[in-house]
Amino acid sequence: MGSGRVATASPAIQKYAESFGGFEKSAASHDLAWLRKLRQDGFARFSETGFPTTRDEDWRFTNPAAIAQTPFRLVRNGRSLPSQKDLNQFQIPGVGCRLVFVDGRFAETLSSIGNLPAGVTVCNLASEIARNPGAIEQHLGRYLDTQRDSFGALNTAFLEDGAYVHIAKGVVAEGPIAVLFVSTAHEFPAVNHPRNLIVAEENSQATIVEDYVSLGGGQSLCNTVTELVAGDHSVVSHYMIEREHAGAFNVSTLRIQQGRTADVASHSVLLGGALVRNNIHPVLAGEGGECLINGLFIGNGRQHLDNYMLVEHASPHCGSRQFYNGILDGHAHGVFHGRIIVHKDAQKTDAKQTNRNLLLSDTAQIDTKPQLEIYADDVKCTHGATIGQMEENSLFYLRSRGIDEMSARRLLLVAFASECMDRMKEGPVRTHIEKLIHDHAFRLAESSLRKIA
Amino acid sequence: MSLLEIKNLHVRVEDREILRGINLQMNAGEVHSIMGPNGSGKSTLAQVLARRDTYNVTSGEVLFNGKDLLAMKPEEAACEGLFLAFQYPVEIPGISNAYFLRSALNAVRKYRGLEEMDAMDFLPMLREKLKLLDMDDKLLNRSVNEAFSGGEKKRNEILQMAVLEPKLAILDETDSGLDIDALRIVAEGVNAMRNPERAILVVTHYQRLLNYIVPDRVHVLVEGRIVRSGGPELALELEDRGYNSYEAGAGA
Repeated sequence: MGSGRVATASPAIQKYAESFGGFEKSAASHDLAWLRKLRQDGFARFSETGFPTTRDEDWRFTNPAAIAQTPFRLVRNGRSLPSQKDLNQFQIPGVGCRLVFVDGRFAETLSSIGNLPAGVTVCNLASEIARNPGAIEQHLGRYLDTQRDSFGALNTAFLEDGAYVHIAKGVVAEGPIAVLFVSTAHEFPAVNHPRNLIVAEENSQATIVEDYVSLGGGQSLCNTVTELVAGDHSVVSHYMIEREHAGAFNVSTLRIQQGRTADVASHSVLLGGALVRNNIHPVLAGEGGECLINGLFIGNGRQHLDNYMLVEHASPHCGSRQFYNGILDGHAHGVFHGRIIVHKDAQKTDAKQTNRNLLLSDTAQIDTKPQLEIYADDVKCTHGATIGQMEENSLFYLRSRGIDEMSARRLLLVAFASECMDRMKEGPVRTHIEKLIHDHAFRLAESSLRKIA
Repeated sequence: MSLLEIKNLHVRVEDREILRGINLQMNAGEVHSIMGPNGSGKSTLAQVLARRDTYNVTSGEVLFNGKDLLAMKPEEAACEGLFLAFQYPVEIPGISNAYFLRSALNAVRKYRGLEEMDAMDFLPMLREKLKLLDMDDKLLNRSVNEAFSGGEKKRNEILQMAVLEPKLAILDETDSGLDIDALRIVAEGVNAMRNPERAILVVTHYQRLLNYIVPDRVHVLVEGRIVRSGGPELALELEDRGYNSYEAGAGA
């Protein structure tokens, strides 16, 4: 936190300050004092630290300078929305409930809530703040650590809208709840800061999908934060799919607060984007909680895909499992940074971390870093990482059975990725992701074969 | 025309000559065995025929069904009807055995201008073949060879052969690591596939497998050359006398 960093970043910060000044006055529900304070504190924190640099241990392998140096502008006022037809390609078959945000703005006409069971609320956050500010104040901003993370602080400063999901005590939301974030092309570098709040009350169950896509190219930054509150004995699956165009920047944080015996699964699938950083930060705050943090990242060209996890064991008898598989081709750069903190009282913690990587070219790169900090004495923590190439033996074996080289490569890529997909519950979301991976593996096999030929 | 015709085949790995002028002819319907000590070049020959590209063919010619085998990719050789049962079958986590088998069969069928087989038609056919090899259904849903026992892996190779119905099957030390019961089952599976259109080349160090798969011809491969050929009685002679006399002879 040296003063030097603030000084070098200041022209950029100045820009954000101007933008914040204008935003703050007209932002939704700016009359709510607590919300105003939340935003102001967020901005104060952001301007204090500026964007992180690679001197920051948490950003050692990812240089966000390209984000810091781009003069992004907040997309605010009404542009024409894409048509339903434009969005059909992003529909997850079998999922009836979908909120749509275009450049961070809620698109009510493109959203469809479907038939939700009693006790399930799905809407945009801004409208829920207006309707029910007390209930939101109880949670919003209470979990995200803006001290650690200046992108989170920036998001909080510009917090206005995003998805709001509430599952009442004891209620099971059977179908997945999808939230589609669409970035559209602009004549200027465009930024938006979606802010989502998911509250699963005691003994409830839900599946939520955040799907990031783009229509058209252009420079864009989607800086998103989701706070997920998993009440005692709740079961929640969360999916994050990044498939924006190859020039997009995406920084996301999923902050999970887990109650007693809550069971949460987070699945991150990073396929698109130029510079992508996905932070998963669960705090196992109640006894007996279980957290699965599952991830798959597939990069090509000059993509930079950074997976950062901070798993905090704050209570006894909790288990966490991190499994990430990466496939990197071309000049792609992947990062797996898995930090586990076992707090003093979190006895009988069982934490496991595995990162496997497949490098398809000599120029692809992976940085994998386990980081265990254990302050309790009766715990089990294991970690392991592997980096390999496509097995020539496997390739020859498949080909010797008549399978052509490209199909053999595709099969092996899908097989490698399937470990991650096998950890997802069967259903429309997994089927959808499997299809995305198959298509992606096909393109990857094709391009890697072209390079060899 | 012979089904397989190897003429003066020389093969190097890095700067070492492994095969030093192999000549061999096989006709459809015949079973031949290549026997030899460790390091004689048996597996190299098997892998070169299956078109593994880590070997450098420096001279010679191989005709398979009249076509230039050495110009084929591994998948082309397979589609033309060549099958290698691996000495060390490869584990492929994440691909189910059934899916693998169907993909392979459909690749071969497509090459031959036949319609692809869907799962409905494929599974009953596969179950029949499983019975032949006394294999458990459960092995179909498991990943290819992953956590299979040594015997299960070898049986799985013969299962693939049964599904793909090759013109020429090369069994590379399929007997290694098999107990006598498993050996019998594998041999029965192979014998069930003997027919006038199919040739089988049994590559082995030991004679025991040849008690169950009785060859028409036996060739002795020592230091990269076939030093003697004969009938099935040659295998028994080798069992008694070993390869030593040939190794000394080959050196002289």
